[in-house]
Amino acid sequence: MLYFSVPLGKLVRRVSRLRGGGSALPGLVVEKIDPGFMQRTLATLPHGVAVVSGTNGKTTTTKMVVELLESQGLKVFTNRTGSNFTRGVAAALLGEVDWRGRLSADVAVLELDEAHAVHFVNSVPPRYSLLLNVLRDQLDRFGEIDNTAQLLQQIAAKTTGTVVLNREDPRVARIADTLAGQEVRYFGLDDSLLSTFPNDDDMRAAPGSPVPANLPEKPPADVVLRRVGPDTADFEYDGVTVTTAMKLRGVYNIFNAAAALTLARSICGGGAATADHATLLTALSQVAPAFGRGESLTVDGQPLDLVLVKNPSGFRLGLKSFPASGYATMIAINDNYADGRDMSWLWDVEFDSLRSGGVDQLTGSRAYDMALRLQYDEVRIGAVQPDITTALAAFIRESKAKPKRIFCTYTAMLAIRRELSKITTVEVVS
Amino acid sequence: MTAEPTGAEPTGTETTGSKGTIRVVQLYPRDMNIYGDWGNALVLKRRIGWHGYTPELLEYNVGDEFPADVDIILGGGGQDSGQLVIQDDLHSRAGNLTELAEDGAPMLVICGLYQLFGRFFKTRTGSVIPGIGILDVETHGTDERLIGNVKVATAEFGEVLGYENHSGQTTLGSGVRPLGTVAKGTGNNSSDGHEGARFRNIVASYLHGSLLPKNPAIADFLIRTAAERKYGTFVPGTPDDHYAALAREHAARRPR
Repeated sequence: MLYFSVPLGKLVRRVSRLRGGGSALPGLVVEKIDPGFMQRTLATLPHGVAVVSGTNGKTTTTKMVVELLESQGLKVFTNRTGSNFTRGVAAALLGEVDWRGRLSADVAVLELDEAHAVHFVNSVPPRYSLLLNVLRDQLDRFGEIDNTAQLLQQIAAKTTGTVVLNREDPRVARIADTLAGQEVRYFGLDDSLLSTFPNDDDMRAAPGSPVPANLPEKPPADVVLRRVGPDTADFEYDGVTVTTAMKLRGVYNIFNAAAALTLARSICGGGAATADHATLLTALSQVAPAFGRGESLTVDGQPLDLVLVKNPSGFRLGLKSFPASGYATMIAINDNYADGRDMSWLWDVEFDSLRSGGVDQLTGSRAYDMALRLQYDEVRIGAVQPDITTALAAFIRESKAKPKRIFCTYTAMLAIRRELSKITTVEVVS
Repeated sequence: MTAEPTGAEPTGTETTGSKGTIRVVQLYPRDMNIYGDWGNALVLKRRIGWHGYTPELLEYNVGDEFPADVDIILGGGGQDSGQLVIQDDLHSRAGNLTELAEDGAPMLVICGLYQLFGRFFKTRTGSVIPGIGILDVETHGTDERLIGNVKVATAEFGEVLGYENHSGQTTLGSGVRPLGTVAKGTGNNSSDGHEGARFRNIVASYLHGSLLPKNPAIADFLIRTAAERKYGTFVPGTPDDHYAALAREHAARRPR
C-alpha cells in the first residue's frame, strides 16, 4: 500500500489540477488508502510541526511565520490559502514530497481551522502551536464562543513543546491554566492600544461604556506591540523596543506580527540556532498581506483596497485602520456558509465613521440587511445592488477619479477578486 | 438624542422630543449581548425618535441601581457562562421586573433572558438554574443545537424573521401563549412548532438577527404600548421602512 500511495496521490493531484479542481480530492485519496501518510511524512522534520489556529488572521499570520523562518535559512513546508483542513494539508504534502514520499523541509507551519485542527493534532501532535483569538464569527458552526475556545484548548493540550498564546484575549490566555508540561509564551499589546482591540467581552451596549474593573494582572509577553504608525510599528522584546517599517496595514495584522515573531523566535531559539533579529525584522517589514486581506490593487490608476471583514471586531478594526476620508466606499456582505450564515454581528459594529462620506455601493446577498444597518446609524447610502458584478461595475464607473475601498465578507471577496482580475492584475495564490 | 450628523441625509421623519420621553432599559448588556442585541436597543432608540418622542437609553448591569420610571425593558441573549454571572443579580431584581410586567410595561426578552424569565433552565447535566418565573415556561438543555434562519407566522405581527442558535429547548405552560408558529426553522423546541412566548406586554423569542430591525412591527408594538401606558395615547410618526421591507423579502428567501 505504502509504496504506491504517494505516486497514486500525486497522479490524482495532477489530474484534478488539469481539470481545474480543488485541493481536497488528492488529499482524500491518500487519506483513504494510506492513513499514516501525513503523520509519517511530517515526523521526519527536524524542527517538527507548528500549528496556527484561531478564528481570525490565520492566513496572514501563517504567511508571516513562514517568511520569518525562511529569513533564518529554514526550509519551510506550509499549506497555502484555502486548504486549512486536514485533507488540504495531505494534498499540499503530496505536491511537495518526492515520488518516494520524502519531504525536504526543516519545519512545517500549518494554518488549521479550529475544528479540523483538533482532528489533525490527534494524529500529528505539533511541537509548537500559536493560538490567535476567539472572535465572535462562525457561531453558526460552533454554537458558542466558549466552545471555540475549547477547541483551541485541545490543540494546546496536544502540543509537545511550546504554546504561544494571545495575552489580550481572555479566552485564549486562560488556556495557560489548563496546561502542564508545555512551555507557554505570550504575545501582547501595549495598554495604550487595547482600546483599538475590542474583544467580545468589551463589545457591549453603547460605545464608551466603562471597562469592567478588577481585571487580572497580565503575564509578561515574549513580544509586545507597543505602537502602530502609518507604515511603521514598534515591537518590544528582550527588553528592547525596535521600530520597523511595515508593508502590512491594519492594526490587527500588525498585532499578529507580534504573534508571528513570538512563534518564529520560539522555533529558531530552540537548540543551537539563535534567531538573527536584524534579518527577522527585515523579513517582517517585507511581508505583504495574504490574498484579499488588506490587499491594495490599482484600478483606473487609483488604488482600490480590499478589506476582509468577518466579525464585529474585525469590521470595527477595519473601519478604524482605514479612515474613510477621501475614499469611495463599497460594502459587500454575503451570508454563504464560508461567511457565516448569521448576520446579527453587523449590529455590533459602529458605522459612525462612515457618516462623513457615506457609503456609495452596497452589495452581496445581505446587501439590504447592510442598508438597514446603515440607516439606523444614519449613514448616507448611495445604491443597493445585491448582484456583486453589477454593483462593482457601477462602483468603479461612478468613482473613477477617487481611491476606492471595499469592505467585504469572504465569499464576496472571492467574487470581487474574480471580477477585478478581468480589469487589473490581481495576485494569484497557488 | 444624537445630534444630526454632518453630511448624512435624515432617515425617517423625525420630530424629536415633541411628544415626551420614552425610557428604555437594557438588562445586562455587559454579559448578555452575544447576538447583536445592541441592534434591538438602537432600533428602539431611533424609532422612538422617528415617532416624535425622545428616547432615553439606559444600561442595567450586575450591581447597578435599578432605574426608576422604566418604559421599555430589553433583555438579550448570552452564553451559558453569561447566565451564570447575572443569575444572582437577576433574582435580586425579580421583584422590580415582576411589578413592571404586571403593570403592563412592554418588554422584549431574547434567548438567554427569555429562558431566565421562565421558571427554570435544567441543564443537560441535570443541574437546575432557577428563573424569575415571570413567564410560565420551562427550558431543558439538550445535546442538539438548533441553528439557522427562521420564519414565524404570527397573528399579531405578521411574518417574523430572524436567526436562531440555542441548545436549550423551551416548552410553554398554560399561562403564556406562543409568539407564533414556525414556518422555517425550529423555534422553542423540536416538537411543537411554536416559537417564542407572549404574556401581557412581554414578547419573548429565540430569534436574534437582531429581531427588531427586520421586524419593525414588534418594535412599534413596544413603543406604542410604552407611550399608551405613560401618556394614555400614542401618536405615531412615519418611519421609512423600505430597506426593512427589502431586507425581509431577501431574508425570507435565504436557505435555512
